[in-house]
Amino acid sequence: MLETFLQVVVNGLMLGGLFAIISIGLTTIFGIIKVVNFAHGEFLMAGMFLTWLFTTKLGLHPYAAVVVVAPVLFVLGGLTQKLLIQPLMNARDEHIQIFATVGLSTAMINLALLIYGADIANTPAYGLRTPLEFGPIRVLEGQLFILGAAILLVIGMELFLRRSRTGLAIRAVAQNRTAAQLMGINVNWIYVLSFGLGAACVGIASVLVAPLYPTSSNIGTYFVLIAFVVVILGGWGSIPGAFVGAMVIGLIDSLSGFYIGADLREAVVFGVFLVILILRPSGLFGTKQKLSHIS
Amino acid sequence: MLTLENIHAGYGATTILHDVSLDVQAGEVVTIVGANGAGKTTTLRAIAGQIRPTSGHIYFEGRDITKLAAHDVVDLGITMIPEGRQLFPDMTVRDNLMLGAFRSGARSVQNETLDYVLDLFPRVSERMDQMASSLSGGEQQMVAIARGMMAKPRLLMFDEPSLGLAPIIVEQVFEVVKKVAASGATVLIVEQNVFTTLQSADRGYVLENGEIALSDTAEALLSNDHVRRAYLGI
Ligand SMILES: Nc1ncnc2c1ncn2[C@@H]1O[C@H](COP(=O)(O)OP(=O)(O)O)[C@@H](O)[C@H]1O
Ligand SMILES: [Mg+2]
Repeated sequence: MLETFLQVVVNGLMLGGLFAIISIGLTTIFGIIKVVNFAHGEFLMAGMFLTWLFTTKLGLHPYAAVVVVAPVLFVLGGLTQKLLIQPLMNARDEHIQIFATVGLSTAMINLALLIYGADIANTPAYGLRTPLEFGPIRVLEGQLFILGAAILLVIGMELFLRRSRTGLAIRAVAQNRTAAQLMGINVNWIYVLSFGLGAACVGIASVLVAPLYPTSSNIGTYFVLIAFVVVILGGWGSIPGAFVGAMVIGLIDSLSGFYIGADLREAVVFGVFLVILILRPSGLFGTKQKLSHIS
Repeated sequence: MLTLENIHAGYGATTILHDVSLDVQAGEVVTIVGANGAGKTTTLRAIAGQIRPTSGHIYFEGRDITKLAAHDVVDLGITMIPEGRQLFPDMTVRDNLMLGAFRSGARSVQNETLDYVLDLFPRVSERMDQMASSLSGGEQQMVAIARGMMAKPRLLMFDEPSLGLAPIIVEQVFEVVKKVAASGATVLIVEQNVFTTLQSADRGYVLENGEIALSDTAEALLSNDHVRRAYLGI
């Protein structure tokens, strides 16, 4: 009984780690640029395909792919800001940015279909799908690494944003972009950098997720909904919030799946999500955010 | 030091400034006075690189800065203390001040500058670890000025520093402006508070409907009939 309960809780925490790692980039980009990246899932998809390519072609451990995938996604994110979002930043209708990232998402899915087709790409697991046993509790090695990486990434991002000079400039831009400009901060560059950083976080997530989940052109669509739930629950733009939100959703998912029934799992998750949002409309850690970057 | 030559500028298709020319010499306190909507903020924003003039030129220390990006203008040593303070609300006063010293010329000496600035603003030094949003309007204005000074600018521009402040605080603000000027900085100050400003300035320009209507020494403007009638209510 107790052992089963513990196992279900541990499963929930592991799931939470997964939800956290795929959400950090989304909330980072929104928190700073106030742009919702609807292509977030496809960034993950691109990162996972790259990880697969790297692992199968070079015969290296998928985690080693991070040295390629994170920088490539950094550049992809930076270019998205520079070439797609920035030209639209002064558009009178901010919904245009939504269309832009939705369009990017569709384009990336179709590009993946064109290049790879509709098949599934399996990244070699290198033992990451092997269960580890801690007494009666079993977890996959890869899941533990995901949770550990999620914790480290949250701490790392917070330290960077709070302690470094660049982090200070980023927070300044996020709080008041006009004033940041008056301090001599190159606001457009900070936006490019921040989009790149958020995308690089997705890159880190990709190499961790790829060995556990089969990659396909629609894998982004599969993960992105839960990332949105987590980020909204945590409070848009809050990185620790996303982590806590992910844990909450992971635990509810696991507990309800086991004790209420696997087919009701999603209903319970979204039910609790809606209740929390009704009680706290700006999320667990959120401040009132406007979907606008115009200050 | 700063020269505006036949500047036309505005927003979108609307031209606000018509043929504005003015100059500021090193060490001077120069003011632009005018009614609400005359184009004072627009003038400062053109100098700061926040809007691009449609024609005319802006020179700073001999260099054409008309087309420079806002952050590059700051790097050259022009800092604007904006209308309505524009602090970073969810940061401490200390972080606000540190951001003031962001430009390359100020970074290396930020600790010395901080000591100097806090000496001028004892009230600010008592509030260092509070969130900027928790301060009173007068305190926020002091922080905004202190933050501007942290940039160690060669030209410091004030946009209506007395706006919305109680008369006693306004007096303090102008005391500070005088101290800033006395420390050797060149000051360009924009105000609707015509009397007090002219009393603290060397020279002044009167801006009306986006055009320079008058320019003279502050003393002469204070006794000018038009200024007395239109702005001083005498
Ligand atoms: N961002 C803007 N977009 C369009 N018009 C503006 C903008 N800011 C100011 N204006 C207009 O420009 C004119 C001058 O404004 P401003 O320079 O702010 O005057 P002042 O600072 O002297 O009160 C006003 O008519 C104002 O309505
Ligand atoms: Mg104004």
